[in-house]
Amino acid sequence: MYDVIIIGGGIVGCALARELSRYRLKLALVEKEVEVGFGTSKTNSGIIHAGHHSPANTFKGKFEWAGNQMWDDLARDLKFGFDRIGELLLALNPDDVKYLENLKKQGEDRGVTGLEIWAPPRIQKEEPNLSHTILQALHAPTAAVINPYEACFGLIECAQQNGAELFCGYLVSDIVKDGRNFTIQTPQQNFRGRIIINAAGVFADQIAALVGADNFKIVARKGEEYLLDRRLQGIVTRLIFPTPTANSKGVLIIPTVDGPIMVGPTADNIENREDLSTSFAGAHKIFESVRRYCPAISERDTITEFAGLRAIADTNDFVIGPTPIKGFYNVAGIQSPGLTAAPAIATYVTAMLQDDGLALEEKTDWEAEVDGPPHFAQKGKKERQAALMRDPAYGRIVCRCELVTEAEVRYAIRHGARTLDGVKFRVRAGMGRCQGGFCTTRIMDLLSETLGIPLTDISKRGPGSEVCRPRQERLPVGDQT
Amino acid sequence: MNNPLKKKYTVVIVGGGPAGLSAALGARAAGAERILIIDREIEVGGILNQCIHSGFGLHHFKEELTGPEYAERCINSARSADVEILSDSYVLDISPELQLEIISSRYGYLNLKAQAVVLAMGCRERTRGAIRTPGFRPAGVMTAGLAQKMVNMKGLLPGRRIAILGSGDIGLIMARRLILEGCEVTGVYEVQPYSNGLTRNLVQCLDDFAIPLHLSTTVAFIHGRDRVEGLTIAPVNEQYIPDPKRSWEVACDTLLLSIGLIPENELSTKLRLRMDPATGGPQVTSTLETSLPGVFACGNVLHVHDIVDFVSEEASRAGRFAAEVAAGRRRPSDNIALQAGANIASCVPQSLSPDRKQTIYLRVKQPVKNCILTIGDRYEKKFRVLTPSEMIRLTLAPEVLDRYFGENLKIDVRSQEVA
Ligand SMILES: Cc1cc2nc3c(=O)[nH]c(=O)nc-3n(C[C@H](O)[C@H](O)[C@H](O)COP(=O)(O)OP(=O)(O)OC[C@H]3O[C@@H](n4cnc5c(N)ncnc54)[C@H](O)[C@@H]3O)c2cc1C
Ligand SMILES: Cc1cc2nc3c(=O)[nH]c(=O)nc-3n(C[C@H](O)[C@H](O)[C@H](O)COP(=O)(O)OP(=O)(O)OC[C@H]3O[C@@H](n4cnc5c(N)ncnc54)[C@H](O)[C@@H]3O)c2cc1C
Repeated sequence: MYDVIIIGGGIVGCALARELSRYRLKLALVEKEVEVGFGTSKTNSGIIHAGHHSPANTFKGKFEWAGNQMWDDLARDLKFGFDRIGELLLALNPDDVKYLENLKKQGEDRGVTGLEIWAPPRIQKEEPNLSHTILQALHAPTAAVINPYEACFGLIECAQQNGAELFCGYLVSDIVKDGRNFTIQTPQQNFRGRIIINAAGVFADQIAALVGADNFKIVARKGEEYLLDRRLQGIVTRLIFPTPTANSKGVLIIPTVDGPIMVGPTADNIENREDLSTSFAGAHKIFESVRRYCPAISERDTITEFAGLRAIADTNDFVIGPTPIKGFYNVAGIQSPGLTAAPAIATYVTAMLQDDGLALEEKTDWEAEVDGPPHFAQKGKKERQAALMRDPAYGRIVCRCELVTEAEVRYAIRHGARTLDGVKFRVRAGMGRCQGGFCTTRIMDLLSETLGIPLTDISKRGPGSEVCRPRQERLPVGDQT
Repeated sequence: MNNPLKKKYTVVIVGGGPAGLSAALGARAAGAERILIIDREIEVGGILNQCIHSGFGLHHFKEELTGPEYAERCINSARSADVEILSDSYVLDISPELQLEIISSRYGYLNLKAQAVVLAMGCRERTRGAIRTPGFRPAGVMTAGLAQKMVNMKGLLPGRRIAILGSGDIGLIMARRLILEGCEVTGVYEVQPYSNGLTRNLVQCLDDFAIPLHLSTTVAFIHGRDRVEGLTIAPVNEQYIPDPKRSWEVACDTLLLSIGLIPENELSTKLRLRMDPATGGPQVTSTLETSLPGVFACGNVLHVHDIVDFVSEEASRAGRFAAEVAAGRRRPSDNIALQAGANIASCVPQSLSPDRKQTIYLRVKQPVKNCILTIGDRYEKKFRVLTPSEMIRLTLAPEVLDRYFGENLKIDVRSQEVA
């Protein structure tokens, strides 16, 4: 019997797991994908928003600024990529100028620091590659970029080292309430728990419906993102936002925490919640928009693209709180700025559980830190030399585009990677310009060797996505006559 | 970890494919003393190791070899010529003073000084991202070269029902290879109105196995969440925009991409060598020297070749010139700039000197029939067909060049007919 079971291992579920792992609780997180973070939390812009964007009197507004301030400590403890590079929001039309002023006021009212309106000379000095037709820009130094999947891995690893149990590859198919407790059903096994937290992202309304706690509906709003070659690295040094529209923040230029520039996202409501496809129309829209404020960016520099789904609740705000089903809580509709807000949501939900009578007894031996992946490429010469002396596997480069060594791939596997994407998102192997053309077979060998599974069982991201087929399909046993 | 390497080398070669190996032999023949090849793979030989089909060596060895056989000959010659080979080692950086920074699994962090460096890092394949193919991102989409490695070196199949986007040579060769492995190949889809592979490969790999080649078509959508389930194929207009109204569906579990090769020039750009956007490689003089004195380039890192024999030929010259420069001997510097004129996509080298016989490599932009290639007004040559997929190799006698002292020499291909 678990005290708390979290359904969904996105940034929200992982942040909550770590927060709850501070206390003497029997805790489980159940996630349908092979890894945490493989829902929306992997496919987003990777921005910790500055704090002034979301409207006042909403959960979004409340948690954007609160969450923003929590990330420095998390990044230090959990060793994921994080950098406060600041943001510029551009006024391209006279109407936009008023918007900047309002936004500045909104931010200042809630305590966001450092907001400043820049005139063209300052803009051109600081960001010379932006179009010279920009009228004004609002500079927000509190904005940051983050590696969102590393953050998920760090949070869950920390929760696990403090006793939380993680079940990846477990699809919650039903929830039964018996008396005061719940039984969560998955194809592999049932889990019994007293408190259930529904953090199932874009599927959260369906999970809520299993117990009749679905007083909200979710629409998936797709966003496509395009990652550009390292050639363009440094073309802008801050996050670049246009003035937003009703549906989205517009197409951004994102100097990702790992260096390459990314442009996106689009915003289109869609029917199918599995639809992560990218489109000609999306690419066209993104590059058309971006060229208006940064003419040097071209679609020819794309190295890869992806899409993510925002979970938009019909209230157009986060849906956080208890439900008529006692013990069942929704943390749903976590649209943008959900990544930013996640740590603040986690502390808020923890306090809420305590108010509802959950006894929270702090562990004396709670360990806040994890080691984090040994990113060889980011190390200086001395550190590299030292690493090589410790382990010759640092001398074998597996991924040449991103300079990832065999030692790092082994680290990824030791820390739970079971798939090519698991390795890729932990240590960047296969993420560069050749997109795994050279290193895929080497990583497959390492996975196969370390996990003791045949090469044909190795998948991109879990069962059904196996990378290759055996030469001869073997007949099932007993069928060989 | 006692290392047998010296601190200083006459010529250091980065990359141990056919280019690197042949450069080493060229340097040896020109009298270079200490020659070192560095390759990051455990075995040298480069891409040839996975090209187990035959068709290599007809020009260079005057017999038909497989890729590994060709590589083996080069490796054996290099070994018997006392070329040092450092494999499983990665060149991280080269300084403008020709100090190389290397990491090696056996010897750790290494620093070497070279008197001359030859770049021979080969090329990589273009990927899905480069053409932004719309659709899902399932397993089963991979470059043809990766599939080649899986089948030929790992004994695995990329899938059972294969579609191929792009008609590059590796794709064509894999079409045949996978048929022989018992797979089904639905077809090869090429966005251009002409094929990008050698005629030889079109005949031997597609026609002989009745695999259809669809020109002016592309993959307009990739279906399947986890694994490829099918493709939407559509014809394209002159701007390469697919026409959804005339599209059709193809069921398959694998999409191989054979959409072009890109010279692997990370080190060259770090060194700030002057690059040629037309080839994707560094600009070189007629001695294959880059814009940084003492640094030479050859093979696929310089420009993508279609026949390995010409890689060896070019590389052996690069090695020879590198050895000469290391010994303090310099040829007269170039005084003729080559200029790509009508229907010329690229030419290597980018400049020439009239003091000796010269070899140049060209590619056309558009396929043409019954055409005349002219270089200035002293040289012309008739061709029945020229296509972008077949590199043109010409040797020019000094007489053709010496009149052009100090001028641009323009190369044009003109024809009455479009192929
Ligand atoms: C294109 C795009 C860009 C964005 N950019 C930003 C940004 O820059 N900054 C920012 O702050 N926010 C951004 N967001 C929003 C942010 O990504 C989300 O708010 C956040 O990731 C939501 O986290 P989550 O944990 O709620 O959802 P998810 O990450 O989707 O996690 C939910 C998890 O539940 C699992 N699950 C679902 N059903 C079941 C089941 N039946 N059984 C078991 N497990 C299940 C899923 O597999 C998934 O892993 C962006 C969103 C998109 C789409
Ligand atoms: C997938 C693929 C399949 C091909 N198939 C055919 C075919 O069937 N027939 C044909 O005629 N041609 C084929 N080609 C073309 C063929 O590659 C060339 O003709 C020839 O192999 C090029 O030789 P090279 O030495 O320039 O490059 P490569 O053979 O690629 O050798 C380059 C070497 O440099 C090493 N290297 C690169 N960077 C570093 C570094 N920083 N440090 C250390 N080592 C480094 C690499 O590991 C590699 O071993 C193919 C090319 C590719 C990419």
